[in-house]
Amino acid sequence: MLIILPNIALIESSFRPYLPLNEIDGPRDSYTLANYQRFLSTPVGFDIFGMSIDVPIHLRIFITTVLYSILVTAIILIIGYPAAYYMTKTISPSNMALFFIVLTVPMWVSEILRSFAWFTILSFKGPLNALLIEMGVIDSEIRWIRGYNGIVIGLVYTYMLFMVFPLYSSMQSLDKNQIEAAQDLGASWWRTHWRVIVPHCKPGIVSGCVMVFMLSAGSLLVPSLLGSPNSLWFTQTIQQLMLEALDWNTGAAYSLLFLLLCTFVVAGMMWAFKVKLSNITN
Amino acid sequence: MRVSSHSRNLVPQAISNSADSEKRSEGSVELEHVSCRFGSFRAIEDLSLTIRAGEFFSILGPSGCGKTTILRMISGFIDPSAGTIRIGGEDVRGKRANQRPTSLIFQNLALFPLMRVWENVAFGLEMRRVPRSIRRKRAEELLALVDLVGAEEKMVSQLSGGQRQRVAIARALAVEPSVMLLDEPLSALDLKLRQHMRAELRSIQKRTGVTFIYITHDQSEALAMSDRVAVMNKGRMLQVAPPHEIYHNPSSGFVAKFVGETNVIEGKLVRIADGFGTVESPLGQHRARVSHNVQGESVALYVRPEHVDVSRQRQGDNAIEARLQDVSFEGSFALVKAVTAHGHVFLVATDNKDLQRLPSNTENVYLHFDEQQAFLLQSDREQCIT
Ligand SMILES: Nc1ncnc2c1ncn2[C@@H]1O[C@H](COP(=O)(O)OP(=O)(O)OP(=O)(O)O)[C@@H](O)[C@H]1O
Ligand SMILES: [Mg+2]
Repeated sequence: MLIILPNIALIESSFRPYLPLNEIDGPRDSYTLANYQRFLSTPVGFDIFGMSIDVPIHLRIFITTVLYSILVTAIILIIGYPAAYYMTKTISPSNMALFFIVLTVPMWVSEILRSFAWFTILSFKGPLNALLIEMGVIDSEIRWIRGYNGIVIGLVYTYMLFMVFPLYSSMQSLDKNQIEAAQDLGASWWRTHWRVIVPHCKPGIVSGCVMVFMLSAGSLLVPSLLGSPNSLWFTQTIQQLMLEALDWNTGAAYSLLFLLLCTFVVAGMMWAFKVKLSNITN
Repeated sequence: MRVSSHSRNLVPQAISNSADSEKRSEGSVELEHVSCRFGSFRAIEDLSLTIRAGEFFSILGPSGCGKTTILRMISGFIDPSAGTIRIGGEDVRGKRANQRPTSLIFQNLALFPLMRVWENVAFGLEMRRVPRSIRRKRAEELLALVDLVGAEEKMVSQLSGGQRQRVAIARALAVEPSVMLLDEPLSALDLKLRQHMRAELRSIQKRTGVTFIYITHDQSEALAMSDRVAVMNKGRMLQVAPPHEIYHNPSSGFVAKFVGETNVIEGKLVRIADGFGTVESPLGQHRARVSHNVQGESVALYVRPEHVDVSRQRQGDNAIEARLQDVSFEGSFALVKAVTAHGHVFLVATDNKDLQRLPSNTENVYLHFDEQQAFLLQSDREQCIT
């Protein structure tokens, strides 16, 4: 009940107009879709794939959020897959418990502190720039936290393990003989991956991707701390509505929309990659 | 296996496009002073072996003696720590598994569960970039060869153990290997199916002419199927010979005991003459063939249960006095257990028809054997324990 009740309240309030306190429950307080319509108002110019089209500002923020979340998911997959594969090959199951404890130690520190740590590392006069200059890789400081860079780096770091864990466990369950059988039949290194290992790990890959995507899109802390003045994350818009404008009704509507649209995006991706829902659960 | 005229026609295509004689020389496997170490553990010790092209060669040995390790070295999954491996006369050092003309059938088959049966069979061709329609056709031909017509679209999980077995064979044959390596492929099957598959494997081997290196720890399997059998223990080759030779003329006590049942009399060698030796033991003096070198005077006499007779009267020299203890019915024959006054147990295999006229338990009987059919070997107590 405690879990469901606030959600119902949220849904309910999202259909009511934002009114001054004294008018609540008054005659103007009837159910309406006005809050949802706001999502599609205020068009602004938006450059996407070289085209410039007029898109409602909030929709634009939503689309960039989704695109960057997909980017984060892709980066995490590209780094996480070899990492998980390497772990299955080199680390024996008996050492695995210890290894995972080491991996999860950063998780004990709160997300705020971790994001702050990255903020410090990436800052203009921070250690990363100092190190790179010291090593002679770059000549002058680079502004790392620029546009969406900081957010992407922060999200990749924060949610990496959510990809590595399911990938590792699905790889672990693959019979090593299958890899050898593929090679014995003439498969090259990458064809072995493509035809045998990746299909076997598909459930792990899908659940990792869904988790990382949803968590990234729904993250508030990382965009707030590592975002730059010209980066906007959809969660920040909701936060502004709720906490700064105190417009709980529109905030609620946006939250719901966000959840629904993200679910659509995930469903669409799964359809595109021919993944069934049952693949995730088992 | 039922050989339909259809599948017989397929055989020439199914094997190889290359000429038969060419194939013959391609399929030989030579191991020269090969060793393999895992850390400080010596899995294979200085092993030399020549397997002829087109041969059905079995490697027999107890669990953990290094059989799988040999196959994995030949197929290229592990490198020998020392020595040379040649396939078809060519040194394969540095060639990886996907470049060698071998096909390995794994102990657990390792079929791809996410692919259909025909895709499993055609996997090797897919890796060789054969077009899909040709792959499909070849898969159908091979499935016909192993008597699995109509299973193309099934998933592996929908097949029975014996059918999976045959898919694995078809998959391995699809790449037209010169050498097939089979790692106890029948061990998971029940007896009936195992016997059926033995015959089937043998006939596939005969028809394709591919060299089969077959690993098993089941001695009857090795004896029944092979042109030659190698018996090994603890990473060493003990004897390599045709099945009857292994059975009737083993080179060591370990081989004698590992291959088939045998009775042993340990004793002292008192004399050797004309290829026969006499052993003295608490059971008396007995004579037996000496065909392998015997050094020292501590020897053992071996005689197979089917070469021992039971009678009430003492006849000839090679006799042992004993009392019958137990008869176990084994189907086509009966195994009689006899115990001497010293507590030495002998096994005697007798015809079922003779069961009625066996002496009763309380009587003393005499066990006889022909000196031609018993053999003397150096005593190897140390190896007996293993
Ligand atoms: N990768 C490895 N690392 C260390 N030791 C190994 C490795 N592979 C095999 N061994 C050891 O080498 C020995 C031979 O192993 P192998 O798998 O060849 O036995 P096998 O004859 O096939 O036995 P089985 O009949 O049980 O399959 C065993 O004692 C095993 O413990
Ligand atoms: Mg083995």
